[in-house]
Amino acid sequence: MPSERAAPKIINMKALYFAWVRERIGKAEEEIAPPETIKTVGELMGWLHGQGDNYAAAFAHTKSMRAALDRCHVKHDALIGEAREIAFFPPMTGG
Amino acid sequence: MRVQKEVFDASAEAAALTQGRRDIGAVVTFAGLCRDEGGALSALEIEHYPGMAEAEINRVAQEAASRWPLEGIIAIHRYGPIKPGEPIVLVVTASTHRAEAFAAASFLMDYLKTEAPFWKKQHFADQTSGDWVEAKAQDLAAATKWRG
Repeated sequence: MPSERAAPKIINMKALYFAWVRERIGKAEEEIAPPETIKTVGELMGWLHGQGDNYAAAFAHTKSMRAALDRCHVKHDALIGEAREIAFFPPMTGG
Repeated sequence: MRVQKEVFDASAEAAALTQGRRDIGAVVTFAGLCRDEGGALSALEIEHYPGMAEAEINRVAQEAASRWPLEGIIAIHRYGPIKPGEPIVLVVTASTHRAEAFAAASFLMDYLKTEAPFWKKQHFADQTSGDWVEAKAQDLAAATKWRG
């Protein structure tokens, strides 16, 4: 009997970048497919850091970087879970 | 609550909030303007996160309404290019007495500055494109004082 193997789970999500994060990476948004081992926002930052020189420049100093999951502010230790959209940006300067 | 590119009329917005009302005793209007930094700055470019910007402004306004007995709230934030002298942000709060309107307006501004996803980039009069404005520690401290 042929054994059915489950297709590897592909987690596609939309990543958005704003202000100098956007400028350093060179794009405003993209689809990303991080490996399943990436569970938290902070781990995703580390993974993105390794995706090229532009990403390394954008994610060089992540301590003050802010993130949002599905348009809600989150801390770096937040679990990505089923979120479809993740955004990275510097501290906000509106008002 | 609005996020828009166009200039707004602060006094017209405030007037509309109290139109036909006889129960409002206090209206506080705060407008944040683009300043030219002694002639050095030619424009600001404000980037925002569409969708989240509106959601955060609504969230902050609801928080203000839950903290103080308000009769009306307006919050408008612009994005795109803004010239010196033009308004950037508007907060209007209305209440029976002044203390609540003052406190809520101050709270709204402190929270909008640190929680709403907007970023300012400076363009200078000498044609150079300047840096992104850095978040100020005192703005964060101002927002933090409302907690706890």
